[in-house]
Amino acid sequence: MNAPQASSSALSRWSQPGSSRIPFWAYTDGQLYQRELEAIFYGAHWCYVGLEVEIPNVGDYKLSHIGERQVLMVRDRVAPKDRDTDSGIRVVENRCVHRGVRFCQKLQGNARSFVCPYHQWTYKLNGDLAGLPFKDGVKDGDCVNGGMPEGFELKDHGLTKLRVATLHGLVLATFSDETEPLQDYLGPNVMPWLERIFKGHTLTLLGYNRQRIPGNWKLMMENIKDPYHPGLLHTWFVTFGLWRADQKSRMVMDAQGRHAVMISRKNEGGQAAVTQGVTSFKAGMTLHDDRLLDVVPEPWWRIPDPSNPGAEITPTVTMITLFPSLIIQQQVNSLSTRHIVPRGAGEFDFVWTHFGFADDTPEMTRRRLRQSNLFGPAGFVSADDGEVIELSQGGFRQWGEGGSTLCELGGTGTEMTEHMVTETLIRSMYAYWKKVMAV
Amino acid sequence: MSTHAPTAGSVEALLLQHQIDQLNAACAAALDEQRFEAWPEFFLPDASYKVQARENFDRGLPLALIDLESQGMMKDRVYGVTQTIFHAPYYMRHIVSPAQVLAVNNGIIHAQAHYAVFRTKPGGVSEVYNVGRYIDRIVRTEAGLRFQSRQCIYDSEMVLNSLIYPV
Repeated sequence: MNAPQASSSALSRWSQPGSSRIPFWAYTDGQLYQRELEAIFYGAHWCYVGLEVEIPNVGDYKLSHIGERQVLMVRDRVAPKDRDTDSGIRVVENRCVHRGVRFCQKLQGNARSFVCPYHQWTYKLNGDLAGLPFKDGVKDGDCVNGGMPEGFELKDHGLTKLRVATLHGLVLATFSDETEPLQDYLGPNVMPWLERIFKGHTLTLLGYNRQRIPGNWKLMMENIKDPYHPGLLHTWFVTFGLWRADQKSRMVMDAQGRHAVMISRKNEGGQAAVTQGVTSFKAGMTLHDDRLLDVVPEPWWRIPDPSNPGAEITPTVTMITLFPSLIIQQQVNSLSTRHIVPRGAGEFDFVWTHFGFADDTPEMTRRRLRQSNLFGPAGFVSADDGEVIELSQGGFRQWGEGGSTLCELGGTGTEMTEHMVTETLIRSMYAYWKKVMAV
Repeated sequence: MSTHAPTAGSVEALLLQHQIDQLNAACAAALDEQRFEAWPEFFLPDASYKVQARENFDRGLPLALIDLESQGMMKDRVYGVTQTIFHAPYYMRHIVSPAQVLAVNNGIIHAQAHYAVFRTKPGGVSEVYNVGRYIDRIVRTEAGLRFQSRQCIYDSEMVLNSLIYPV
């Protein structure tokens, strides 16, 4: 269902050419947000649901979100003959077809079937309706009272079943029949960077962090498409050389400019031309316990350079944004997915799932957990991001219709770059967003 | 060494509980009064401090929101919250329940207490910020009781944007 048509003409108001000035209403307009849910989250896009490792056994489920809709990621039974072609992963909507009840309340668990508490309509793990009480009425002497009407078929009344695609342990789903195959959706530029982390690795689940951020959901995508701020906002990055503008880096995108990878390689940190006048740089800063930055290179960091055949590349950080709702982080030894769950134009939940690999030594697991002190809602680095997003949203709200952000570092174009002194990835996402939203 | 908790209701038990309550009160006061440099001093040099979602704790998942393994790391956190992490300013107010002494093993006191932390931003209303329980291991030193480990296991799994100060 689309938002009232009356609003669409009023919303066609992107007055500047290009996508380097993003109007404040893109972040604050409630009707536009409803259209975003329809056109983006429930439209022809693949949205993150979870990791296969979260549901290892038949019947395991995890409650997740696509947009504001709750969905269940479930591991179904698969006949032995189908196991080569069917992952068994299903994604169904958490909404009973009878009276609309969100029948599942637990974040995760194991079930033989799903039973709605209201009238006990019962669904198989794949979402098929298995049965319901009094379908054929209740006998009273010779007559039968009530029951469902003639022609009522169980098979016509299953849960909403989403299309599911898995990629090396990642699970994505889409409500739309129009969404292109996942490989095409991601595209050949982004794929090597996903494979670098996930292909050939068995994941282990380390745990979750959840935060509620009072800002528009797109600000989080922008934050991870913005290589300008990390070396300025984040003291740890600039001081210890984890991410700053004097590093060899690269901004990669898919053909439509909606997904991106920010790739960089840490240096020794310390004073340099790039730290001149940067107030977050702390020249004398040392750690009382330097295990917090006990970085150990891992063999999989090095891969053949996708854009220079014959050469190899060894980034220490890759930040992948998969439009619209998934961020995948490799920051030295810390790995996580970050899931955006929008809650209206001015708020979203941000769910972090940290993971490691099955062949990690106990020391490597500890190292990943230790480095998680840098990331997440309390992170030495990432706590800043949620805070500035809240402040951005406040600025948009107080000015209104006529205001816009200015994203012109590196010009107004939308090209890939071999440096990080640019806001090209943000401009590219909005060029795509404008098209999808027809504003 | 003995493995026992003091007999319930004994003077020894009451005294121990009183001492732990005093430790908890002093630690909370240091945080609420923003005397952050004093906070690591409530811990032993090799102590650990974790703030962890109940979801992870209950499922045996190791990830913590804050995961510090030494007093040195705690000092680094204090430097972070006072010098390096950008955040809008706020006050905390701790309400800590009376401690329960669960056991005393080889000189290590196992205790827990429930806590609620309210957050107030300048010009704002007070919000329920973080609610949970402390699971503590405490030892006697010449300077008084000190934490060998403190786990803050919080029910409020949705952090209100960010969590900067220790709780």
